[in-house]
Amino acid sequence: MSTTRTPRKPRPSARSDPQAAHRLALLESMLRVRRFEERCVELYSAARIRGFMHLYIGEEAVAVGVNEALTDDDAVVSTYREHGHALARGVPAEAIMAEMFGKATGCSRGRGGSMHLFDAGRRFYGGNAIVGGGLPLAAGLALADRMTGRNRVTCCFFGDGAFAEGEFHETANLAALWGLPLLLVCENNLYAMGTALARHQAQTDLALRAAAYGMVSWAVDGMDVFAVEDAARRAAEGVRAGGGPHFLEMRTYRFRAHSMYDSDRYRDKAEIEHWKERDPVEGLARRLREAKELTDRARTALEDRLAAEIDAAVEAAERAPEEPVEDLLKYVTSPVEAIRP
Amino acid sequence: MTVTHTPTAGPATPSVEKTTYREAMREALREALRTDDRVFLMGEDVGRYGGCFGVSLGLLEEFGPERIRDAPLSESAFVGAGIGAAMAGMRPIVEIMTVNFSLLALDQILNNAATLLHMSGGQLPVPIVIRMTTGAGRQLAAQHSHSLEGWYAHIPGLRVLAPATITDARHMLTPALADPDPVLIFEHGSLYNVSGELSAHSGPVDIDRAAIRRPGTDVSVITYGGSLPKALAAAEDLANIGISAEVVDLRTLRPLDDATIGDSVARTHRAVVVDEGWRSGSLAAEISARLTEQHFYDLDAPIERVCSVEVPMPYARRLEEAALPQPAGIVTAARRAVGEPVPTGADEGADAGRSS
Repeated sequence: MSTTRTPRKPRPSARSDPQAAHRLALLESMLRVRRFEERCVELYSAARIRGFMHLYIGEEAVAVGVNEALTDDDAVVSTYREHGHALARGVPAEAIMAEMFGKATGCSRGRGGSMHLFDAGRRFYGGNAIVGGGLPLAAGLALADRMTGRNRVTCCFFGDGAFAEGEFHETANLAALWGLPLLLVCENNLYAMGTALARHQAQTDLALRAAAYGMVSWAVDGMDVFAVEDAARRAAEGVRAGGGPHFLEMRTYRFRAHSMYDSDRYRDKAEIEHWKERDPVEGLARRLREAKELTDRARTALEDRLAAEIDAAVEAAERAPEEPVEDLLKYVTSPVEAIRP
Repeated sequence: MTVTHTPTAGPATPSVEKTTYREAMREALREALRTDDRVFLMGEDVGRYGGCFGVSLGLLEEFGPERIRDAPLSESAFVGAGIGAAMAGMRPIVEIMTVNFSLLALDQILNNAATLLHMSGGQLPVPIVIRMTTGAGRQLAAQHSHSLEGWYAHIPGLRVLAPATITDARHMLTPALADPDPVLIFEHGSLYNVSGELSAHSGPVDIDRAAIRRPGTDVSVITYGGSLPKALAAAEDLANIGISAEVVDLRTLRPLDDATIGDSVARTHRAVVVDEGWRSGSLAAEISARLTEQHFYDLDAPIERVCSVEVPMPYARRLEEAALPQPAGIVTAARRAVGEPVPTGADEGADAGRSS
């Protein structure tokens, strides 16, 4: 499906043009993810963030574009590469950063770290670090909506690696069989950890395979936020209209290694450079500049604002209290009062 | 400590009805479905077929296909879907045909159901109930007969129940559904046809407490699930030779009721642990270790264990019987514990796993 939507007429000011304002908001959202993660790299190198950390840099258009199609009432199930999903969902940078620092104010109270961000209030069922592990959960969230007559969408993100897992196929079958209101978003970044798509999939056309389950399936240019947003809107509408699960293959690329531990020896630098020419963030900024919707001054102001926001998040995370060791056993099971009120 | 209702011999009153373990389970499901709209049953063959073991027979007609939901043969997906539905406010009861098949859903049970509350810092409780059969004795061979509930009892975040009596089969589901955390119920396949009496006045059981099924003074026989009838039979045999065995039914394999187990051993000073799991790394090993840690000075004899022989469960009846704990082996272990001479040959075939 081709959904490239270029800004139409140049406008003097985004303020008077809601569409231009929307385009700027998309840029801001993507830049927030990018700058947040760049800061995470610094903090990781300084050993302020530990554990496994998987960066989303290069894939920002997917999280931001898809989230535009969702309402606060919808649910999002994510993977271990979920900083972007969480930020796009509205989880505050401060709560995410505090989580990376293992602090009490973290969005998972320091129990989860980078791979397990959760925000029940925002229906962000986060951070699943088992490839494909979130898919059945998403089917269950969707099933609950179906059974209770709530017209909501559950959106599940997963990577191309999940296509090799039984859980993708089991869930696709179940969701299609039962017509569940599920939006399956495959972020095909061409690598399952360090293994290239063609070396881990017998059939690399993922949308084609999803279609075999009887789902509406499209492949989308995941480097173009307008294409992503448009496809996600159409798919979410299809789900809301009772069309059962919809599948989107987002063709994207991660500019960074699989994780901070990965020396990235399995792919050519030239390949990475080639994809960087399609940088979704800078690509959009360039288009907005050309359309006179983004001035250099506005860009600088935006960058300053985001830097201040992230600075504040880091500072707050630094200052935040540690989760007390006496609370170690908290949240293994629910408190007794929850069981016997 | 709670002592519960072993159906006692005596004149039946109108408030006692004759039923089976299977029917008791079904009645528990029916009650749960009737009283709470959020409850639904999902699993392989639970609807049209009536349940792989006939537990849900008739429920489809009564509650319809939305709530008695036949799932494809995909344990990971439908167990995971149950977990997701639980997170979204439903109260799913997921049936897995046997514990062997539950291994296909182990990722969902361990990595999601048991961990989401913790990983989310308390935000995401998972109030799911997962039922499955366990155990051998029906000549179903190695892939349908194992007793792996001890593995699940290893996992923090789960509650693991093993109803051994008709009353527990009838009344464990209500508290299991009321628990905000995941609860696994293991139904021993050999118990479904057990018939007995159920008091109309019986109500929800305390799933925090083990039960003394037969009081005794000389030795504590600690067991659960499908081994309870064997332990009770052994206790009867032991009574005939003047040994008074107290039979403790764990009922809840996680969290273990250390107090009831320990109090019993503090009274009898001897313990025999009967567990259909394999000896190595078993629940019996855990109980034995806890008694050693907490009651070493109460013990007058080494703790005895009667477990399954360490072999994949064979098909042939003689071999299967030889692989499983049997009353004779429990009697022998209890005699050893109390220092009674053990007749020559009594060990044979009763507890071959002991020497492995």
